[in-house]
Amino acid sequence: MGWLVLVFDGLLAAALIWLAWQATHTPGLFRSVISFIIFGLLMALAWVRLDAPDIALAEAAIGAGATGALLLSALGRLVATHEEGAPWQERRDLYFWIPAGGALLGLLTLAAWMLPSPGLGEQVQDALPESGVQNPVTAVLLNFRALDTLLEIGVLLLAAIAIWSLGRMPLPSAPAVRSPALPALGRLLFPMFVLVSAYLLWRGSHAPGGAFPAGAVMGAGGILTILAGAQPWLTGSVHGPWRMLLSLGFAAMLALALGVMALGQPFFAYPPGLAGLIVLALELAAGLSIAMSLVALYLAGQPPDHWEGEARGE
Amino acid sequence: MIYLLLAGVLFVIGLHGLFVARHLLRKILSLNVLSAAVFLLLVALAREADPLDAVPHAIVLTGIVVSVSATAVALVLLVRLSRPREDQRKLMDEEGG
Repeated sequence: MGWLVLVFDGLLAAALIWLAWQATHTPGLFRSVISFIIFGLLMALAWVRLDAPDIALAEAAIGAGATGALLLSALGRLVATHEEGAPWQERRDLYFWIPAGGALLGLLTLAAWMLPSPGLGEQVQDALPESGVQNPVTAVLLNFRALDTLLEIGVLLLAAIAIWSLGRMPLPSAPAVRSPALPALGRLLFPMFVLVSAYLLWRGSHAPGGAFPAGAVMGAGGILTILAGAQPWLTGSVHGPWRMLLSLGFAAMLALALGVMALGQPFFAYPPGLAGLIVLALELAAGLSIAMSLVALYLAGQPPDHWEGEARGE
Repeated sequence: MIYLLLAGVLFVIGLHGLFVARHLLRKILSLNVLSAAVFLLLVALAREADPLDAVPHAIVLTGIVVSVSATAVALVLLVRLSRPREDQRKLMDEEGG
């Protein structure tokens, strides 16, 4: 079996290199974008091979799904999508940049080589019973290094704010094929996405899963619903529950981090015994915020007061 | 070991693309390839440790979300750059009507 695994790894690596080259260096923007989406999917396979199923789940949903949708919708909105001449510039200063890039790569390799070799795996294993969950990745994300996650959700919120502040983008045009079946199907499928997300969220406490894959799957579901031309669940008041849901994750984490200080604990140190419950609540809030942010990023602009395509009274 | 080498090759491809690509969309793609290479390096190194090191996994998950945010903002700016006048006209129409 050993050589078979080696052959698989080799083929995967070759395909990834070829796709990365296709995405960055061959003519035709549409082709590059498609290559990049396939690159993301194959990366998910590589994560599985590297024993990182949590990352594989997130990469398949975010890296391939959401980024692909973002790229394609941006490509559709660009005025000029054809490139004149070669896709790359002839540059003289490459004589400088190639050695500079090589030096950067060499230094990074050196830095990686000099990392303390056993890593933090043992410390994480030792502290796992206190974290309230059994999955080490979830424990690191929402307990040991919750500050990183707070800042990351802050970045996501900031991206959504930055995009909204650029004003309204012409909406993704209605589906190319107008059919009453598409919105109905979109509405029918969305509960399935919610179900899968809820399962992933619940699973995150003891197995690969958690807020990130769950939020990503739900966000992808939302994008699909919008693509199909059905958005009844976000309409209503001027912006619906958008703003609240977008900031829910950040607000909940910050409130909790400060709340435990009132109980006499340090910043982000959960009281023992409550850790499991707290992590679950934070996962729920963070998952919802990630899902809404992905949809907001896809819309690429402030959501309109009411959606076109469907009557408001529906 | 294969994956460490793969990370190096992808890093070079991404860096080269970032420097020489003419279209901005291609530069964004190159940046994404570059970040994928760094994530790959982190996780491949984490696998070498004996109890699997969960910290790089968590950091890479965070990194994926941050990179999709950055990509989204970059893409919106790119679209804005490509059609500034049209948008302004549309906005004026909206405000007028």
